[in-house]
Amino acid sequence: MSDRVDDLHDADVAPGDQEEIRIAPRLLGYVVGLGLALLLTATSFFVAGTDLVWQPSIPVALVVLAIAQMGVHLVFFLHITTGPDNTNNVMALAFGILIVILVIGGSLWIMANLNHNMMPMDQIMQMQR
Amino acid sequence: MSVTIAYGARDPHQVLGLDDVEHSGPASKRIVTGFGFWIFLLSDMVMFSCFFAAFAVLSGNTAGGPRGSEIFDLRNVAIETGCLLISSFTCGMASIAADVRNRFWFQVAMAVTCVLGLAFLFIEFREFAGLVARDAGPSRSAFLSAFFTLVGCHGLHVSAGILWLLTMMAQVFAKGFRADILRRILCFALFWHALDIIWVAVFSVVYLLGSAA
Repeated sequence: MSDRVDDLHDADVAPGDQEEIRIAPRLLGYVVGLGLALLLTATSFFVAGTDLVWQPSIPVALVVLAIAQMGVHLVFFLHITTGPDNTNNVMALAFGILIVILVIGGSLWIMANLNHNMMPMDQIMQMQR
Repeated sequence: MSVTIAYGARDPHQVLGLDDVEHSGPASKRIVTGFGFWIFLLSDMVMFSCFFAAFAVLSGNTAGGPRGSEIFDLRNVAIETGCLLISSFTCGMASIAADVRNRFWFQVAMAVTCVLGLAFLFIEFREFAGLVARDAGPSRSAFLSAFFTLVGCHGLHVSAGILWLLTMMAQVFAKGFRADILRRILCFALFWHALDIIWVAVFSVVYLLGSAA
């Protein structure tokens, strides 16, 4: 137990570790996280198959629900918080998110642009004759 | 000493816990290990983001082969998602059990996590085998190549996670909750929860968006 107690007096906390050491509140945290995650998942699956909402809004809704669920997982399962002892973990996460956004957004943007500027395939075929 | 006074003046009621900044040396090994593994996980997510980018770019290029909406079975995906979500929860239970040094509940929670992970892998393998059997394997079209790479890479991660999980069960059984083994359990829990985050992106982007489009 001493290892753990030493950690709690440090200025930082390891990612995944919690400040709370009593069992009941930690258990409750996981239960709340699981409940929220299941709720968001169920909403995603419902939205994907429903005719009740305006169809073009479905992809946006799915992306928003997915990002919300990732946030739930980060907070309730990985215990990434905004507390002062978590600064290093949050900074690393922020950098990771920046790279992920650059990779995905940049690829989609460039490829869509290239697609848009490319001549239709039948015209290319004619030029080759 | 002047440092202590400065912090004391800034935080007189010590609500931020800044009072012990003065005598905190290098971070404990648990924090260093956990943070290093966190960096690895983030780099793993960057790698997955490349596969996601490839899938998003290629998802329309079916080369006359089947489209996503024709081959995805959303009921299977829902079951897989349930397996992984609940296994993340039981993995959290195992973390709590390890922190209070309760061997019995640790082994029970890890065993349940393992069974749920294996169920996930079984369903995924059956889906892949079914696709290959009906000539929709990874060589059929760019869309299917990207699909198998992305989802298969996540499946490989889950397989590695299950091997790691079994190793942790054996180590706790044989050696008990030593400090180094507790660090490995911390890293394993981070890994398992991170895989769940990636699966959230997979089922949203690949399966749900793929069947909606």
